[in-house]
Amino acid sequence: MSGHDLIIVGAGIVGAACADYATMQGMRIAIVEPGVVGGGATAAAMGHLVAMDDDPAELALAHYSLGLWEAFANLPQAEFSRCGTLWVASNDEEFARIPEKIARLAASGVAAERVDARELYRLEPSLAPGLAGGMRVANEAVVFPPAVARHWVDRAITRGATYHADAVFRLDDRGVLLHGGQRLHGPVLLATGGALPSLLPGLPVRLRKGHLVITDRYPGVIRHQLLELGYADSAHGGDAASVAFNVQPRPTGQILIGSSREYDAVDTGVSMEMIRRMLERSFHFLPRLRELDAIRLWTGFRPVSVDGLPYLGRAPGRDDVWVAAAHEGLGVTTSLGSARVVVDQILGRAPAIDPTPYDPSRVQP
Amino acid sequence: MVDACDIVVVGAGPAGLAAAEAAASHGKRVVLIDSQPRAGGQVWRHDALHGQPRVAMDAIRAAAGNANVTYLEGTQVVAVEPERLLLQDARRGFHLAYGALVLATGARELLLPFPGWTLPGVTGAGGLQALAKQGWPLRGKRVLIAGSGPLLFAAAATAQRHGAHVVGIHEQAGASAVHRFAAGLWRWPGKLAQAARLRLELARVPYRTGSIVTTAEGDHGVSGAHVRGGQGDERIECDLLAVGYGLLPQVELAQLLGCALEPEGAHARVQVGPWQATSQPRVFAAGEACGIGGIDCARVEGHIAGLAAAGAAVPRALVQRRDRARAFAASLRQHFALRDDVRGLANDDTTICRCEDVSLGAVRTHTDAREAKLATRCGMGACQGRICGGALAELGHGPRGGMRPPLFPTRLATLGEPVLSSVSDTRGYTP
Ligand SMILES: Cc1cc2nc3c(=O)[nH]c(=O)nc-3n(C[C@H](O)[C@H](O)[C@H](O)COP(=O)(O)OP(=O)(O)OC[C@H]3O[C@@H](n4cnc5c(N)ncnc54)[C@H](O)[C@@H]3O)c2cc1C
Ligand SMILES: Cc1cc2nc3c(=O)[nH]c(=O)nc-3n(C[C@H](O)[C@H](O)[C@H](O)COP(=O)(O)OP(=O)(O)OC[C@H]3O[C@@H](n4cnc5c(N)ncnc54)[C@H](O)[C@@H]3O)c2cc1C
Repeated sequence: MSGHDLIIVGAGIVGAACADYATMQGMRIAIVEPGVVGGGATAAAMGHLVAMDDDPAELALAHYSLGLWEAFANLPQAEFSRCGTLWVASNDEEFARIPEKIARLAASGVAAERVDARELYRLEPSLAPGLAGGMRVANEAVVFPPAVARHWVDRAITRGATYHADAVFRLDDRGVLLHGGQRLHGPVLLATGGALPSLLPGLPVRLRKGHLVITDRYPGVIRHQLLELGYADSAHGGDAASVAFNVQPRPTGQILIGSSREYDAVDTGVSMEMIRRMLERSFHFLPRLRELDAIRLWTGFRPVSVDGLPYLGRAPGRDDVWVAAAHEGLGVTTSLGSARVVVDQILGRAPAIDPTPYDPSRVQP
Repeated sequence: MVDACDIVVVGAGPAGLAAAEAAASHGKRVVLIDSQPRAGGQVWRHDALHGQPRVAMDAIRAAAGNANVTYLEGTQVVAVEPERLLLQDARRGFHLAYGALVLATGARELLLPFPGWTLPGVTGAGGLQALAKQGWPLRGKRVLIAGSGPLLFAAAATAQRHGAHVVGIHEQAGASAVHRFAAGLWRWPGKLAQAARLRLELARVPYRTGSIVTTAEGDHGVSGAHVRGGQGDERIECDLLAVGYGLLPQVELAQLLGCALEPEGAHARVQVGPWQATSQPRVFAAGEACGIGGIDCARVEGHIAGLAAAGAAVPRALVQRRDRARAFAASLRQHFALRDDVRGLANDDTTICRCEDVSLGAVRTHTDAREAKLATRCGMGACQGRICGGALAELGHGPRGGMRPPLFPTRLATLGEPVLSSVSDTRGYTP
């Protein structure tokens, strides 16, 4: 069999975005995925398309990606819902820091506004009393990630991509060897999320477990994706397990409740202790939640690189092996930008944003 | 409020009642839990008009009335944690620590989709029986009953006692299978007598074998059904249509606890050893959760499980009785095995997942159950695939996916702020 222009390994949201973009550029690709398309971290994610201002490189990638997401705003299966993000300030100190955040976001082109307490309660009457105000990012949205991944893979297949329902066993000189014994030839792009080190031990990935709770349908209880401004402390905090207020109105009228972060928890089971901590935090901001019914709890694993930025680019010391992985808690948002940053480089073009901060070669062997 | 005990029995049907009584009679502190407002389970469900049979009242008194038994009615187990359960009732959520656990979670009905099955007035056979007992008005209503197995007779008799006009019982199994089953009944004299009683009570009701309801029709509610049988197709007028294709073990709690399951046809049941022990230490199971076996089986298994959980000796005679009762269950399963054509009644437009309004056509294009769920939302709703999962498994679309808590829709307050209780005072459980 003749070689492929690119073999994309892994069909989570990141691999799927790469497959969609690569075939759009006319590449003849193969997709290798042993499980359900979008069945990994992608199926567990909240699907919040969000810009975080605490790291400039992360913000640049998020902003680039958010623009690209607009093309899917009307795709029915994406369940795209522009609910906006409302960051809640617990106290005056947090409220006072909002202008700096707005300035940082604005520098990257993301429009945000400060809302005072009155406006906060007008926007979200169910919030607990006593909050200082908030920051609203009206343009942000939520999607249903596994269905989007499926759509991108289907599009790639209609453009001629071949699909291999198998796992890559190892990389070899000319491509990949599949578990089933088949060999595929061509340059390789690893989009295997948290499983990256098993094929490429040189690039470390730590897994950060998260819990989610989804309720029955209660339309109108909240309107925005709500987060506490202290969320970034939890998201970027150290090794200790942490929780933060992060709730989302699904287009179904359900409420999706996050979020917890825990390193080194390897089992996929639900920890009722973590659920308790997470819900206590949520009740603190949204007391009404107490009376609503939950219908399912689940967990997922965020793949974390050495410095929290994804690995996008050529694998260190390899000519024909590329990587798009380790997107931590933002991989749904940044999937589209990631795909372009990597595939443009594979095609020998300059990406639209500076790729240097994501270059895997920053990792010292 | 209790917060710990020696043995928790989940389910107050015949199996759970027998287990609670047996364990309590050996001096163990038992907590018996049931989500229904009254004890009795499915078969002994309290009837608003006719109360409960004597045997049920005796069993309830012997268990719930025992000084060593605390009975928590209207209480659900919603999640499990190491060594304790998370429960909720109408008011609060709380923990209950246990030394040993007996799962007597029973069965639910297997509902197979067919065009019209979601019309108002269409229920399961067991569903009709439950509604009748709750006092749903049936007087003068024309009721058509279809599906498979002895539950059809029980449902018909209950409906008739509540004043319904049962216009027919349609059994999918063929005449020869039903006759072979009846001919073998002499081996279980109790069952034979029961069958004879029901047959007499329903003497005026036409009973058709090899007969299947293919479609329900009606504008706002069911007004008639198409039936396909030996005499070809006919339309039968009715005000209510009850279709039940037998029962499925409820294994979700066992699954959450990590108990090994084994296949029961296309479905699953809890795997147990000779003394009803599951694969998890100090967790026992009894009754329909371990496979559909009927009331005699449930009672004797409950008795064995209660003794075993209490660390008491299990008499050989009980084990022999259990094996006999299980043989009856096997005979039932064999003779009332579903014919292939009942699996082909639904068409692409037929709703399969009622919670999320997903049609069979949408699911059919997926080979993998998880893929189908992620693509169509099938099974993502409030019942978490309890109904559609059984139907899809029966239709050959793979088993229901991994079980996650909670077991039932659960107030967030229960999950986030359960009443605290000390886990430590389990009074040194020693089997
Ligand atoms: C609780 C939680 C909430 C989140 N919320 C959000 C959010 O709101 N917004 C947001 O932007 N992000 C969110 N994320 C992050 C997001 O889910 C991930 O960053 C993203 O899904 C990663 O996508 P991926 O394609 O890299 O990985 P995955 O989806 O895990 O895909 C990797 C794929 O590779 C396949 N694979 C692995 N090994 C091999 C092999 N050897 N051969 C072939 N295939 C292989 C796997 O089967 C899998 O399908 C959240 C994550 C979690 C856990
Ligand atoms: C935005 C969004 C909204 C969602 N909304 C809903 C919703 O409304 N209702 C809903 O039901 N789901 C919803 N989901 C969740 C989705 O259906 C899956 O449940 C999700 O993929 C999480 O996977 P899971 O681990 O629960 O299990 P599954 O997707 O069922 O399976 C994942 C794998 O984990 C394994 N697994 C499952 N349970 C356990 C366990 N207890 N211990 C160990 N392994 C286990 C399974 O065997 C399976 O191989 C939503 C997901 C997203 C991204």
